[in-house]
Amino acid sequence: MKFTLDQEHEQLRRLVRDFADREVAPGAAERDESEHFDRGLFEKMAELGLTGIPWPEEYGGAGMDFLAYVIAVEELSRVCASTGVVLSAHTSLAGWPIYKFGTEEQKQKYLRKMAEGEWLGAYALTEPGSGSDSGAMRTTAKLDGDHYVLNGSKVFITNGGAADVYVVFALTEPEKKTRGVTAFIVEKGMPGFSIGKKEKKMGIRASTTVELIFEDCRVPVENRLGDEGFGFKIAMMTLDGGRNGIAAQAVGIAQGAFEQARDYAKQRVQFGKPISDLQAIQFKLADMATKIEASRLLTYQAAWLESSGLPYGQASAMSKVFASDTAMEVTTEAVQVFGGYGFIREYPVERMMRDAKITQIYEGTNEIQRMVIARHILTQQK
Amino acid sequence: MDILVLLKQTFDTEERITVENGKVKEDGVRFVINPYDEYAVEEAIRLKEEHDGTVTILSIGPSRTEEAIRTALAMGADEAVLADDESLFGDEYTAAKVLAAMVKVRNYDLIIGGNQAVDDGSGQVAVRLAEELGIPHISTLTKLEINGTEVVGHRDAEGDVEVVTATLPVLVTAQQGLNEPRYPSLIGIRKAGKKPLTHVTAADLRLSPEDLTARTEIVETYLPKPKEAGRILQGEMNDQVKELVHSLTNVEKVVG
Repeated sequence: MKFTLDQEHEQLRRLVRDFADREVAPGAAERDESEHFDRGLFEKMAELGLTGIPWPEEYGGAGMDFLAYVIAVEELSRVCASTGVVLSAHTSLAGWPIYKFGTEEQKQKYLRKMAEGEWLGAYALTEPGSGSDSGAMRTTAKLDGDHYVLNGSKVFITNGGAADVYVVFALTEPEKKTRGVTAFIVEKGMPGFSIGKKEKKMGIRASTTVELIFEDCRVPVENRLGDEGFGFKIAMMTLDGGRNGIAAQAVGIAQGAFEQARDYAKQRVQFGKPISDLQAIQFKLADMATKIEASRLLTYQAAWLESSGLPYGQASAMSKVFASDTAMEVTTEAVQVFGGYGFIREYPVERMMRDAKITQIYEGTNEIQRMVIARHILTQQK
Repeated sequence: MDILVLLKQTFDTEERITVENGKVKEDGVRFVINPYDEYAVEEAIRLKEEHDGTVTILSIGPSRTEEAIRTALAMGADEAVLADDESLFGDEYTAAKVLAAMVKVRNYDLIIGGNQAVDDGSGQVAVRLAEELGIPHISTLTKLEINGTEVVGHRDAEGDVEVVTATLPVLVTAQQGLNEPRYPSLIGIRKAGKKPLTHVTAADLRLSPEDLTARTEIVETYLPKPKEAGRILQGEMNDQVKELVHSLTNVEKVVG
């Protein structure tokens, strides 16, 4: 067992950290304040090869693995959680199902442009009445000649509006419920596809979250992803890996908040000495660092399992639940270490605490993750 | 065009310097490509992209230097040679001798180095190397143009620009402003692992003990004194002036 990164991964971390510190961090507070998604940053990430890390070079990717991908999401999220989730949703929610289930033509047409960062990807499963209960989906797709006709709406779609490619789930056979779900690749601008309400959020405000509306939206048959009725399986398998990207985002947020709190504690003087000399603060910092390290190891382990072709569903549920709970706890404590200043927007821990909350909710709430973990541990052979 | 780049790995300029037992502590410090050498690497890669040819990194330093070299390879350099044999470490004099021996076995049209290293900041090694090789040099460039064998270099001359022409082969050093170094790409990082990195020893370079004897000695290493709070003089103006003159003459000794 080895707990060190190899040279390639170490270099990738340095690259992304440098890029994050120099290009992503400076505008993070301003983008949060103005709810501005910066496509230019995504394009800069594309130049470095960050927009297709785990995909093979033949599809425009960097040919690295899922560990490399989670390290990148972590390092971006350390300074800007919004940038982290943009890359995470683009790669593991939109890119992954196309890579895994797409035809050669679909991969060449969509995955390549996404990996090269020309197109941004999004994943559309959630509906107003269908969150954790994905089976309650209402959006339908009816075959009409060489097109499917989509009707319905999706909500809370990360990257929505900004994205060029959407993996959309709809019922081709409503009476079959989850076994009647089919996945489609929908392009921005297809007739009948429009963007609805743009959500105003508590955190990750520099990423877009919107409603998608399908009104007799005609999608060519060749844009069906996988077989008819296989969509629910695609959706769930995508989330299995996708949530480890959220774990990585949570690790990054927590690490960023921890570093802020540590540095502040060393220079903030009260009672004639830095507050880092006080045991009350030292214990907070020690707990933060310990939980972050545990979260990171769980996240890297899940990524390693996926890269090695081993089952990773349970591991990624564990990493997601632990890392996101840690992010919420660490950012809350970081604000506490800052005292009154932590509550002021001028200091980044305030934003980090708001950003952390969503990691406990999206890509499967932590309650759903615990159900997933319970199902795994109760059905395993001993 | 075959280009050699002189590269040193240095402290990240944002690191805090700690001196322990008369030496700068290296534990837990982040090392980077010397920023001036990074301009040199970038310039070499740009010239290669424009004129074809090869870019070879030459470096002296401990094995940790490999990390900086791999970054240069990931940016687009083709191969690297590292002199990590401890007997090759000395001062600016020995560094120039070692680099000259590394250069002499290669074909080259152009050698690019940084104007200085941000750690010891002597600004001597590249220029000494040019002297060892008997080729001309142009230092502190903010712009470099090469047409055929004609070289035009714009030097930063204390705020003015001095335009110097030369003919290849030539050695030049990079000043801030020469270019904006690129980030290595992920594909670059992956390719870098497969590019050749050769290690050389004193024996390989056939250097004599005379060549490897440093001509300088570090007598003492210490941090600058922490800045003390200023003193505000008080009392009658005449007394204040007297005290000021007394302090400047006898305490601070800035007026003689």
